[in-house]
Amino acid sequence: MRYIIALIVCIYPLLGSAQEWEDQQRFNDGVSGPPLRIIASTDTALFAPIIESFISENPTTAIEYLVTGTADIDRRFRADPNDFDLVISSAMDLQLKLTNDGLALPLEDIFAPAWAQWRQSLFAFTSEPAAIVINRAAFTGHAVPQSRQDLIQAMRARPEIFRNRIGTYDVRQSGLGYLFATQDARASETYWRLMEVMGSLDVRLYCCSGDMIDDLADGTIAVAYNVLGSYAAARIESKDTLEIILPSDFPTTMMRTAMVSRDAPNPALAEMFIRHLITRQSRPNEDSLLPPLSGPLNKAERATIALEPALMTFLDGLKRRKFLAEWEDAVIQK
Amino acid sequence: MTASLIASGSLRNRLVLTLIGGAAILTLLLFFAIRNYAIQIAQQGQDNILGASATSILDAASIRDGTLEIDIPYASFSMLSTPSDDRVFYAIYQDGNFLSGYAGLSNPSVNPGRRSSFETTQFQGETVRVATAARTLIGAENRTQIRVYLAQTQDALSGTLDKISRNAALFGAGFFALATLLSFWASSTTIGQLKRLTTSVTRRGPQDLRPFEKPVPSEMLALVTSLNSLMGRLDQSLRQSEDFIAEAAHRVRTPLATVRSYAEATLQRVDKQENRQAMRSMIRAIDESSRAAGQLLDHAMTTFRADHLERQEIDLVELVGELVERLTPIADMKDVRLNLRSEGKITCSGDPILIQNAVRNLIDNALKYAPGESAVDIAMIMNPDIQIKVCDSGPGFPPNEIDILATRFTRGQNAAGTIGSGLGLTIAQDVAMAHGGDLLLSNRPEGGACATLSL
Repeated sequence: MRYIIALIVCIYPLLGSAQEWEDQQRFNDGVSGPPLRIIASTDTALFAPIIESFISENPTTAIEYLVTGTADIDRRFRADPNDFDLVISSAMDLQLKLTNDGLALPLEDIFAPAWAQWRQSLFAFTSEPAAIVINRAAFTGHAVPQSRQDLIQAMRARPEIFRNRIGTYDVRQSGLGYLFATQDARASETYWRLMEVMGSLDVRLYCCSGDMIDDLADGTIAVAYNVLGSYAAARIESKDTLEIILPSDFPTTMMRTAMVSRDAPNPALAEMFIRHLITRQSRPNEDSLLPPLSGPLNKAERATIALEPALMTFLDGLKRRKFLAEWEDAVIQK
Repeated sequence: MTASLIASGSLRNRLVLTLIGGAAILTLLLFFAIRNYAIQIAQQGQDNILGASATSILDAASIRDGTLEIDIPYASFSMLSTPSDDRVFYAIYQDGNFLSGYAGLSNPSVNPGRRSSFETTQFQGETVRVATAARTLIGAENRTQIRVYLAQTQDALSGTLDKISRNAALFGAGFFALATLLSFWASSTTIGQLKRLTTSVTRRGPQDLRPFEKPVPSEMLALVTSLNSLMGRLDQSLRQSEDFIAEAAHRVRTPLATVRSYAEATLQRVDKQENRQAMRSMIRAIDESSRAAGQLLDHAMTTFRADHLERQEIDLVELVGELVERLTPIADMKDVRLNLRSEGKITCSGDPILIQNAVRNLIDNALKYAPGESAVDIAMIMNPDIQIKVCDSGPGFPPNEIDILATRFTRGQNAAGTIGSGLGLTIAQDVAMAHGGDLLLSNRPEGGACATLSL
C-alpha cells in the first residue's frame, strides 16, 4: 500500500506535466458548478484581492486562477482556447496578436476609452512602468542612477561591484521582457549600449519578475533592469532594501490586459469579471496591489505602449529572429 | 345654360406630381452618386495606406551575407491603426515559399510589381482588403522574389461609409423637401396665370364680347387668340341677328299700319255682326303684331345703345313726367290713373332715350295688367340710389316665376289674355344693367305688381 501511494506521488507530477503551473489556486471552492478559469501571468498574491472582491459580490461563483509566464500563456491558450474563460497577461503584444487572430470575444456592453481597449475585446486594466530596481546597499556613498545613461556610467565606473550582479529578463523566455526590450530598442539606441555594458558584466537572465526581485532583495544582484515596479513595491518586507527608479530619459509603461476567450465555457460570467476588473481598476484603490489604469492624457504619467496592430511587428518570425540575434550578440558575450 | 364639364385630372396636380417625381428621382440619383463616390474615395484611402505599408515592408527586405532579412518597420503596422481597431493580417513569401505572417493569406494568381494590387476577399471569416506587392532582390549569386500580402478588415471603412450614407440621406431629404416646396410654388404661379384669365372671363358682363387685350404668357397666347376670335365671331353673329330682327320688325311695322287702317275702314263698312267680329279680331291681331315689332325694335335699339352707352346729365323728374303726360291718353282709355310721385329734383347721368324706353315699357306693362278704375303709381326715390318704382294693382307676378320673367320672350302664366311679346321687362333690365343698376320685381302685399328700376 505504501508503495502504491509512493508510486502515485511519483507518477502524479508526470501525469500532470502538461498542466504544470507556477501557481494554481481555487477561490470559493465550496460552491458547485464549473469554476471560472483564469489563465494569468500576474502573481496570485497581486491578483487575489480582485478575485476576492468579485467573489464577495458573486458568492455563488468559483474561480480557478492559473499562473504561468506570458509566452506560456500564449502557447497554452492557442492550443486550447475553450479550456479558459479569461486570459490576463502583461505581454500586450501577445494579447493583441491573440485578439487579432480572432481568439477574443468582443464584449459590446463594456465601456472603455479607445486607448484602453482594442476591438472591444482586449481591455487594459493597469498602467505599470518598467523600472530600474536597485539594492540600496550597492549604492551607499554613490549617486543613485536616474536614467539609463546614469546606469551605464555607474556600471562602467565600478565594474567590480556589478560583475555578475545585474539582472534583467531573458527576452527569449519572457514575453513581457521581450515587449519591454523591443519598445526600449525602438525608443533609443541607449538600450543597445546598456545591453552591451550589461553583457560585458555577465548579466544574469531571469524568466520572471519574482525570481529577479528575490535575488535583488537578498543581495545576489545589485540592479534589476526593466522589472515591473509593482512587483517590487509589493514586497513590503524589502521596502528598505530596494529602491524603485523610473528612468527619466524615456519611459516604457505597460498596460496589463484581459480578454474573454472566444470559446469560453462561461462567457457571461467572464464578461461580468472583466466589468468588475475595469470598474475596480479605473480609480486608485487602497487594497489593490496592482496600480490602477491611468490615461495617457495625464502628463505626469509616463508614455504608455499603445494598443495597436504595430505591436505585432516584433512578433513577426523574421523580425524576432533578427532582434534576438542582436540581443544575444550584445548580452551573451562568451 | 352652361353645361357642367367633367374635369379630367388637374393640371396643377399633374405639374406638382411631375416635379416631385423628378425631384425624387434626382434625389435618389444624388444619394447613390454621393455614396458611390464616397465608397471609391474611402476604398482608395484604405488602399493607399495598405499599399504604403506593404511597400515599407518590402523596402525593409535585404540580403546580408547571402541570407534574407526583413526588418519590418514598426510604422508599417502602426499606420494601419484605425478608430475601429481593424484587424491586420500579413504574409511574406520568398519565391513562393511561406516565410512569415499568416500562412493562409496568399493569392498566387495575382502577379504584382512594386506597385501594390488590391482585392477584396475573405480571410478568417471576415471581409478584408488585401494589398499584394512584390520585389525582386538581387544577391551575390541569385535573384529572389519577395512577395508581401497585407490585409486589413473594413470595420472603419464601413463605419465611415455609414456616416457618409447617413449624411447623404439627410442631404437628399433636405434637397427633396426643398424641391417639393419649389414645385408647389412653381405650379401655383403657373396655374395662377390661368386663374387670372378665368377670373377676367367670369367677371365680364353678359354682353361684353370685347377681345382680351391684357398680355398673357406665350403658351396661353394661342388659347386666348382663339377665344378672342370665337368671341369676335359670336359678337358679329349676334349683331347680325339683332340687325336682322330690327330690319325685319321695321319692314313689318309699316305694312301692318297700312293693313290696320284698311281693316278699320272696312270695319266701318261692314254691317254683318259676325263679319264685324272677325274684323275686330283681325285688328286686335294686327295691334299685337305691330306692338311686338315695336318692342323688338326697342329691344334692338336698347341692346345697341347699351353697348355704346353715351351718358349725359338728365333731369329724371322732367323725363318721366313727360312720359307720363304722353301715356295719360292711353291710360284714360282704360280708365286708369297714372300717379306720378317724386321728391324734389332728381338728376342722374345716363342715356335719356334708354331710360325713357325702360320706364315706358314698365308703365306699359302696368297699364296692361291694371284693372279698370285703378291707379298705377310711379314713384321716384333717391336712397341713395336712384330708383323708379312702377306699381299697379293688377294680379301681380306669379311668385314662382319672378326670377325668370325678365328673360327674353318669357311671359307670365297669367298673361295669356293680354297683348305682349315678353320683351318689356327684358328691355327694362338691359337698360338698368347698362347703367350699372338692376331691375327688381316684387308683389305688393295689398295686391298688384311692383317693378323697381334702380340705376
